[in-house]
Amino acid sequence: MSYMIKNIKVIQAIFVAFVVFFSTTVSSEILVYEFKDTELELRFNHLTQILRCPKCQNNNLADSNAPLAVDLKDIIYEKLHQGQSDEQIIGFLKERYGDFISYKPPLRPSTWLIWFGPFIILVVGVILIIRFVAGRKNEASSSVSKVDDSVSGESILSEWKEELETGNSQDINEQTTDKNTSSIENNKSEG
Amino acid sequence: MNNKTFVFLIPFLFFVAMAILLWTGLGKDPTKLDSQLIGKAIPVFSRSTLQDESVTITNDDIKGPALINVFASWCPSCYNEHPYLMTLSKSKEIKIYGLNYKDERSKGLKFINDLGNPYYQIIFDNSGRLGIDMGVYGAPETFLINDKNEIIYRHVGIVNQQVWEEILKPKIYPGELIHGGR
Repeated sequence: MSYMIKNIKVIQAIFVAFVVFFSTTVSSEILVYEFKDTELELRFNHLTQILRCPKCQNNNLADSNAPLAVDLKDIIYEKLHQGQSDEQIIGFLKERYGDFISYKPPLRPSTWLIWFGPFIILVVGVILIIRFVAGRKNEASSSVSKVDDSVSGESILSEWKEELETGNSQDINEQTTDKNTSSIENNKSEG
Repeated sequence: MNNKTFVFLIPFLFFVAMAILLWTGLGKDPTKLDSQLIGKAIPVFSRSTLQDESVTITNDDIKGPALINVFASWCPSCYNEHPYLMTLSKSKEIKIYGLNYKDERSKGLKFINDLGNPYYQIIFDNSGRLGIDMGVYGAPETFLINDKNEIIYRHVGIVNQQVWEEILKPKIYPGELIHGGR
């Protein structure tokens, strides 16, 4: 019994040692910035999200642990506490690292293609589709009206009835099947 | 008919435009960024020299035309680059200043003492803030400055004979290219 208690105590001690050991290593790896107020903290988080690390090019500053990214975060932190605006801070970094530092390309003639290109393609695409669909409709409606002019559904029916009464059925059958198939084709092309 | 051929040509034209656009991007190294300081004077600074903590070096002490070579003992490519910097320095074709970037003084000194010192003077920038003012994002980087201390060009990566002869030298001594008959 006492042996088991002893064992449990050893395990507890090992557990505590592990917790202490790992918690210190973790806290030493994460850089902690302390802020005057939450507004500065939110701005810091926002800026480090939208700014890109020049060294590790597919990371933003927040996600990067590269020494340069850490330095840049320190600079942003300092400048925020000096009371600089977001624009001033971004401007400071752009002066040194160019537009590359920002994920948002500025609007200027050389970037018009990136900004407006997708919309131009969209508009051109929509115009083409509208024209294409309209063209098809015109084709379809013109061929339907041709049939309507010569023989409407009602006139076929009345003709058929008339001729049924006269008893000349064989000839009529041929005629109507012809007309039915042609009208089905028209329906298809319209849809 | 005419209208229809035009419609069918659109995807082809789009393809050609995209092909040209993408073609121009081929062979470009996306990790090599253009310097924002081209045409501007080197930033104002005041640092100690690597060799002597009590000796101050400022931007006024830099006299172009010269190269400012960003190096550090932690940078593997700097060891590759170093032998050619020694050669270039001995040739006296251009003055080379060193910028010991984010390094420890003892390690920076060991680098120079072990491998030789090709530098006219060495700026010790252990905080890396001067590097940031110059838009440095790695080492080695080499800045070419003219006689007015304006930055003409920034080369990212190692400087070897080819880089010096074909890229840097023509930018600072354009006349010699004609004399050389290349």
